[in-house]
Amino acid sequence: MTPLLAAENLVKSFSVSTGWGKPKRFYAVDTVSISVERGRTLAVVGESGCGKSTVGSLLLRLQDPDSGSIRLDGEDAMALDSNGLRRFRRRVQVVFQDPFASLDPRERIREVLVRPMLLHRLCDRPEALKRAAALMEAVGLSAEQLDRFPHQFSGGQRQRIAIARALSVQPDLIICDEPVSALDVSVQAQVVNLLQDLQRDTGVAFIFISHDLAVVRHLAHDVAVMYSGRIVEQAPTRELFDNPRHPYTRALLAAAPRVEIQRKSHVLLTGEPPDPTNRIAGCRFAARCPYVQDRCTQEEPPLVPVNAAHLSACFFATTLPQVETLPDTLPGTSASARMAAYRRARDRQTQQAEDI
Amino acid sequence: MTTAPASHSLIRRLVEDSRSAFGMALVSILVLAAVFGPVLSSYAPDAADFMATLAPPSADHFLGTDDLGRDVLSRILSGARVSLLVGVISVGGAVLFGLPIGLVAGYLGGRTDAVLMRCMDVLLAFPGILLALGITAALGASLTNTIIAIAVINTPTIARVTRAQTMLVSSLDYVKANRALGFSNLTIMTRSVLPNALSPVLVQASLLLASSIITESYLSFLGLGVQPPTPTWGSMLRDAISFIDQATWLAWFPGAAIFLTVLGFNIFGDGLRDRLDPRD
Amino acid sequence: MKLIVTRVLSVIPVLFGLCVLSYTLLAMIPGDPITAMLGMDATPEAIAALRAKFALDEPLPLRFISWFGHLLIGDLGRSIQSGRPVLSMVMTAMVPTMQLGLAALLISLVIAIPAGVISAARRNSVADYSVSLISLAGLSLPSFWLAILLVLFLSIRLQIFPSSGYVPIGEDPVGALRHITLPAITLGVAMAASTMRMTRAAMLDVLNADYIRTARAKGLPFRRVVWKHALRNALIPVTTLVGLQLGQLMGGVVVTETVFAWPGIGKLTVDAIFARDYPVVQGAILASAVLFVFINLATDLLYATLDPRLRKRA
Repeated sequence: MTPLLAAENLVKSFSVSTGWGKPKRFYAVDTVSISVERGRTLAVVGESGCGKSTVGSLLLRLQDPDSGSIRLDGEDAMALDSNGLRRFRRRVQVVFQDPFASLDPRERIREVLVRPMLLHRLCDRPEALKRAAALMEAVGLSAEQLDRFPHQFSGGQRQRIAIARALSVQPDLIICDEPVSALDVSVQAQVVNLLQDLQRDTGVAFIFISHDLAVVRHLAHDVAVMYSGRIVEQAPTRELFDNPRHPYTRALLAAAPRVEIQRKSHVLLTGEPPDPTNRIAGCRFAARCPYVQDRCTQEEPPLVPVNAAHLSACFFATTLPQVETLPDTLPGTSASARMAAYRRARDRQTQQAEDI
Repeated sequence: MTTAPASHSLIRRLVEDSRSAFGMALVSILVLAAVFGPVLSSYAPDAADFMATLAPPSADHFLGTDDLGRDVLSRILSGARVSLLVGVISVGGAVLFGLPIGLVAGYLGGRTDAVLMRCMDVLLAFPGILLALGITAALGASLTNTIIAIAVINTPTIARVTRAQTMLVSSLDYVKANRALGFSNLTIMTRSVLPNALSPVLVQASLLLASSIITESYLSFLGLGVQPPTPTWGSMLRDAISFIDQATWLAWFPGAAIFLTVLGFNIFGDGLRDRLDPRD
Repeated sequence: MKLIVTRVLSVIPVLFGLCVLSYTLLAMIPGDPITAMLGMDATPEAIAALRAKFALDEPLPLRFISWFGHLLIGDLGRSIQSGRPVLSMVMTAMVPTMQLGLAALLISLVIAIPAGVISAARRNSVADYSVSLISLAGLSLPSFWLAILLVLFLSIRLQIFPSSGYVPIGEDPVGALRHITLPAITLGVAMAASTMRMTRAAMLDVLNADYIRTARAKGLPFRRVVWKHALRNALIPVTTLVGLQLGQLMGGVVVTETVFAWPGIGKLTVDAIFARDYPVVQGAILASAVLFVFINLATDLLYATLDPRLRKRA
C-alpha cells in the first residue's frame, strides 16, 4: 500500500560564513527518510536543534530540500505546478508551537476559518460560515466566539483555533510542530486529547514533532528519533519505548521523566552534540556514547532493520546491554501521572465547553 | 538613580502630554492656515503696493510688507499651502514606491532583496539635499519637480523601514501557516504582512514630513525649488537677505513659520512613536 | 576581519551606482550648456564645433562609458565656463569645506556631550527637560534661518564677526577664525541637537548596566562614575551617530556655504547649477557623494573596532 506521505533522502543545508575562505555548509537535515500512513501518527523526537522542525517545514513544502523526494499518495510533490501545489497545500496542513504567533492579531476568527475554505473553493460563503461554526464546536470552542480577535483567547484556546484552521480545508495530514510544548501541563493534556479525538473522527494523519517523550508515547503509533540531522532509530511506539536499540534513544528515555530533554539536566547525556558544520566520519553520537568502540569513529552506521519494523543506526543494536527498568515505566512517575491528568482533563474539558 | 519617585513620573507624563498637545496644535494651525489662508487675509499674496514697501508690522499689515509692498502675513499663509502640499505629496509618493519595494524585498528575500536594496543603497549614498539638488537641476526647478525630488530622497528610507518590519512579521508562525494553507504571496503580503508591519512605517512617514518641509524650504531658498511668483517660506527668506539691515521682520516671520511647522511635525512624530512602539 | 572586508567590498557597487546615477541625472539637464556658454546669437558652426568638442552628439551610454573611463584615471572633464579641470576645482573647494566641517563638529561636540551627560545623570530634572526641548528645537531649526539671524545679530548689529567670505588659515589665522565662526555655529547647532539626544540615550543605557551599579555600590562618587566609567562606554554609539552626521554635513554645507559665500564644495555645486556648467555639477555632486560613502564606511569600521562585541565576532 502506498503511504500517505513518503519522504526519501531529504537533505537540507544552510551556508554559514565562518571567517576566511569558503562558507561552510550546515546540514540541518541529512539524508532523512520517513513516511506516514493514513489515520496514523508518526512522532519525530529529538533535542532542540536536531533538525526536526526543518524536516517539518520541508514536508510542508515551505522550504525546498537540497535533494531528496517527497511523495503524497505516490505523486511527486517536488514537481508540482501552481494548481498541484495548491492541492498539496489543502491536503497537508500545519499547527505551530507558539500560540501567540500562530494567529494574525488583526484577523477575526471567522475570517481565519472561512478564508481557507473559500481559497480552495470547498464551498460558498454561507456554507463556509456554517462549517466554521461547526469547527469551533469540534475543537471545543463555541460558534459565538467567531467574532472575536485572537487576543481575546488564552494560549490553549488559540492552539485549538490553529487546529480548527488546519482542519478547515479537510486535510489528510497535519504536521504538528511542538503544538503543546508552549502550553501549561493541564492545557497540554486537553489539546493532546483533542488531537486524538479528531484523528478518531476524521481519520486525519499526524506528524507530531516533539521533544516531549511522555506526550509522544501517549499519542504516536510510530516514533522516529533524530540526532544531529539524521534519524538514528525508528520503531512502533511500544517497541521503541520497551526495547530501544540505539544508545541515544536510551539516553533520551532515561532523561525523560525530568519533564523535558535538556542537555544540562541529565546524567547520561554528557558533552555536546557534534558541530553540524563538520560532517565527521563515523557515528555522530560517538563522542557522547557510553558504548563507543573504535569502529564507531571510523565509519558511519547506516539505518538498518533490527527486526521487521524496527530500524536502528547503531553497529551494536542487537548486542547492547539489557535495558534496566526505565524510570518512566514505573507507576507513579510523572509520565503516567500526566496520562491520568489527561483523563481528568478530558472530563473537565466537556464541563468547560458547557460553561462557555 | 534607579527608581524615580512617583511624582517624577507624573511630571514626566504631564510634560509629555502637554508636549504632544503642543505638537498637535502646531500641526493643526498649519493645516488650518493652508486651508483657510486666503479667507483669513485681506490681501492677495502677490498684490504689490508701492505706497507701502518695506512697511514694519502695523494694524494694516500685521507682519509688515516686503520690498514690493506685498503683505507678509498673506504670503506666509499662502506659503503654508505650498509647504504642506510638498510635504504630504512627496512623503505620500515615497510611501507609494518605498512601501511595495520594502515589502517585496523583505518578504521574498534572496536575490530580489539584494538587487532592490542595492538600488536603495545607491540613493541613500547621496546626502539628501544634494540628490534633491541634482534632480531639480536635471528636471528643472518647479513645484512638481520639487515634489519628485523629495519623494525620491525619501523612498529608500521608507523602503528600509518597511523591509525590516516585513522580515520581522514574515518570520511569524501565522504567516507560515498562511503559506501552508496555500494563499498566494500577494495575498499574504497585502493581507497578513502589510497591516502588521505598518505602524513603524507610519511613524517614519510622519518624521519624514518634517524633514521634507525643511528640504523644500532649502530648495526654494537656493532658488532651485518652487519658482516665483508662488510664495514659499524659503524664497521669502532668500529675498529677506537683501533687506536684512532695513526690514528684520522679513527674516523673522517666514523663518519662524518653518521652525514652528517642523517642530510641530517632529513632536507629533515622536508622540506617535511613543504610542505605537512600546519598546522605546 | 571578514566583516571588515565584506563591508569595504560592499562599497564598490554603491560607488558604481553613484557614477551611473550622477551621470544620467546631469545629462538630463534641459537647456543646452553650449547655448549657455556662447549666448543666443552664436553661429551654428561655432555651436556644432563645441558640441563635437564635448561629444554631446553621441548616445548616452557611449558618453557614459567614455566619461567613466576618464573618471578612472582621475579626469572629471573641464568646466564649460572657466575651462579649468573639474578635478582641481573640486579638490580646491574641498579644503574650505573640510575646515568648516571639522569646526562644526567641534562646536557640536562641545555643546552636545556635556548637555547629554548632564541630562542623563539628572534624569527627569528641570535640566533634563530643558535639554530635550532644546534638542528638539535644534532639530527643527532651518539652518539658513539660523544663519540669517546670526548674521543679523553678530555681524550687522554687533559687528563681531564678518557676515561672509573665507580667509585661508595660513595667511591670517585670526581672520580665518573670525570668518569660520558663524558658518561653523550654523552647522554645529544642527548636529548638536541629535548628538545630544543620542548621548542622553546611550548614557541612560550604560548607567543602568550592572557594572555601573557595581561601581556605585563600591562607593565610587557618582560624578566620577558618570564622567569616567559611563561616558567612555556611552561614546561608542555616539561615535557612530557623529560619523553619520559628518556625512550628512556634505548636504548641509550646500545651504550654509551659499549663505556665507564660503568657497567650498556646496557653493561650487550651487553656482555650477545656476551656470549650467554640468561637468562641474557632476564632478561636485559625485565628489560629495563619494566622500559621504567613505565617511560612512570609516564610521562603520571605527565602530567595529570600538565595540568589543563586534570585534570578537569579526
